[in-house]
Amino acid sequence: MRRSWRKMVSAAAALVLAAGAAQAQRTDITVGMQLEPPHLDPTSAAAGAIDQVTYANIFEGLTRFASDGSIVPGLAESWEISDDGLVYTFRLREGVKFHDGTTMDAEDVKFSLDRARGEESQNAQKALFSAISEVNVIDPLTVEIRLSQPNGNLLFNLAWGDAVIVAPESIDDIKTNPVGTGPFRFSNWVQGDRIEIVKNPDYWGTPARLDKATFKFISDPTAAFAAVMAEDVDVFTGFPAPENLAQFEADPRFQVLVGSTEGETILSTNNKMPPLDDVRVRKAIAHAIDRQAIIDGAMFGYGTPIGTHFAPHNPAYVDLTGLSQYDPELSKKLLAEAGYPDGFTTTLKLPPPSYARRGGEIIAAQLAAVGIKVEITNLEWAQWLEEVFRGKDYGLTIVSHTEPFDIGIYARPDYYFQYDNPAFQGLMEELNATTDPTKRAAILGAAQAMIAKDYVNGYLFQLAALTVANAKVAGLWANAPTQATDLTAVYWKE
Amino acid sequence: MAGRGWMRAALSSRSLVLGAVLTALFVGAAVLSFFWTPHDVAQMNIPGKLQPPSAVHWFGTDHFGRDIFSMVMVGARTSIAVALVAVGIGMALGVPLGLAAAARAGGLLDEVIMRGNDLVFAFPALLIAILITAVFGASALNAIIAIGIFNIPVFARLSRGGALSLWKREYILAARVSGKGAVRISLEHILPNIANLLIVQGTIQFSLGILAEAGLSYVGLGAQPPTPSWGRMLADAQTLIGIAPHIAIFPGLAIVLTVLGLNLMGDGLRDLLDPRLRRARR
Repeated sequence: MRRSWRKMVSAAAALVLAAGAAQAQRTDITVGMQLEPPHLDPTSAAAGAIDQVTYANIFEGLTRFASDGSIVPGLAESWEISDDGLVYTFRLREGVKFHDGTTMDAEDVKFSLDRARGEESQNAQKALFSAISEVNVIDPLTVEIRLSQPNGNLLFNLAWGDAVIVAPESIDDIKTNPVGTGPFRFSNWVQGDRIEIVKNPDYWGTPARLDKATFKFISDPTAAFAAVMAEDVDVFTGFPAPENLAQFEADPRFQVLVGSTEGETILSTNNKMPPLDDVRVRKAIAHAIDRQAIIDGAMFGYGTPIGTHFAPHNPAYVDLTGLSQYDPELSKKLLAEAGYPDGFTTTLKLPPPSYARRGGEIIAAQLAAVGIKVEITNLEWAQWLEEVFRGKDYGLTIVSHTEPFDIGIYARPDYYFQYDNPAFQGLMEELNATTDPTKRAAILGAAQAMIAKDYVNGYLFQLAALTVANAKVAGLWANAPTQATDLTAVYWKE
Repeated sequence: MAGRGWMRAALSSRSLVLGAVLTALFVGAAVLSFFWTPHDVAQMNIPGKLQPPSAVHWFGTDHFGRDIFSMVMVGARTSIAVALVAVGIGMALGVPLGLAAAARAGGLLDEVIMRGNDLVFAFPALLIAILITAVFGASALNAIIAIGIFNIPVFARLSRGGALSLWKREYILAARVSGKGAVRISLEHILPNIANLLIVQGTIQFSLGILAEAGLSYVGLGAQPPTPSWGRMLADAQTLIGIAPHIAIFPGLAIVLTVLGLNLMGDGLRDLLDPRLRRARR
């Protein structure tokens, strides 16, 4: 009797150990994110959530962003640029196959780029391809891109999620069944809940270390907090409740990654709506805002103050926060000069993220202190896109512009802040025609200064990339040079 | 009943006293907030955020460093104003409708009014309130209207029911014989006799109104920031509850105690005012 007891105990112990060992080699991961993508075609919508699922996991482009934001070869192994900067010749990697088994070759590249820049293109970033005049297939592994004018940004532009290579065979179903060349292939989408991807065994490069990944959509910050705490999700990218990070940091089960993003968080201003069309009024608003209070109050200290629409980690960044330092007295003086000694009333329409909702309350209080009354309206994303972004029916709003290197939006007079300055548009044209890095930096500096001195928008802070993960997960990106959750190198430590 | 006897009966009802004290406390805080609050509710002090309760900030400070005690005081104002006006709308429209229906009991007017009421009753109140605020925009005013509309059938039914039993009484018959019309009878004889019912129901609806306002504000459809509101204070506190529980506890307590107070007061008033219950007690 005694013996059999012992046997049972040791057998049970062995089972537990075996189970433990099996658990230690986990090869699946659940990634929480706030927004669900509307569909899965990164080449036909602006929604960042699409790239968060597909970029570098399912789809790849000729070039790609590395985790530090630098541009590295993707499906193109190497490239040559002609001396006049007008012809780019890309050498493609050999043996690259789409997930449906078809071969990726120069024809697919031509198809993808022509589709993105064509007349009927739905691409959200069509401007990326505007310099391209033609795409020619030289041989199955060589593609030539001809430009109408030199474009120093081409390699950068081709790294965007909007420029990934897709196949004509699978393009019809791309929105629900994306077929790319990446280390993971699409498996399943339960609308409103999760998307599953599985390892691509035939990947051309270093294969993924995970077998399966699940993206789970949790929009409510409280639910996100609970899901991480309960270990229902292993990683949460773009964690929406910065106030909870201290709790995660203190908990040995978790790690907190704080990195930089391309998200310039700005008080977007309708430059055509009186009295905001007066630069003195916009300057008054800029001086009425205490950025540090917003970073501390809305983001619990996570964020870097910015004085213009440019990412501080970019080498060409110029610190212009001095142009709009917190000075309520100056602000009141400017308002009086502009003919509003008693202030005025305008609207402040806020999308759901906490940086906007909380930041909006703080800005409302700061503006009230100089006499500007704002009426706060909280909007859902769909309403915000409809009313503010497309309808331009707003006075002020707060939003983070997360696209990388997007100062070019100021050259678009029909963009929702409706800033129409030919001098700036000229600068952007000049920038596009320049390839020399030093000259480009000079032009970018001038461009940053111009929008800062025109006080187009209130420049608040650079959004921090906040990721909470299980302490045993390694290989995650800390920074977010583009909206992506690259899982290729992610694995579970013992 | 003599005045003194009434007072004694009122004071001997524990629930009525407790309810009245709680209600008076919050109404008092709301009234006082017009003249004085310990701190300016709009005054943010980001470096001093999430302070626990102290001698300076009795209920601590919230995530913007605002004084929670002051916010609860001003929040009482929002809640009470919304609920009061909503009950007012319900009474002002519901009671005449109910009286009219009772006066023409069994007639077409009665049918139209009461079926219309059923229609409104058929929808969950909060759902329609969300619909109204979604269509016309979120604001305290729309919350008032939405909550008010759903008070109409409550009062219409109550006054019709009360009035129906009165219409059969001899003194109403006497009034009719002496030539008074339905409107005069309703106003002069019926309304005063159902007033007690209305007061009791009004108290209950008032507490429901406060809950509804808190609910709407919680989901962001009630009073908009920066107007303090208990519901929104709770919503704001949601993710902070682990690190600063006090910012959720105090507005939560305020809602619970106010609603409890009003319900107790309603119960007590019913015991006191309802003739049938009064007889049973004797």
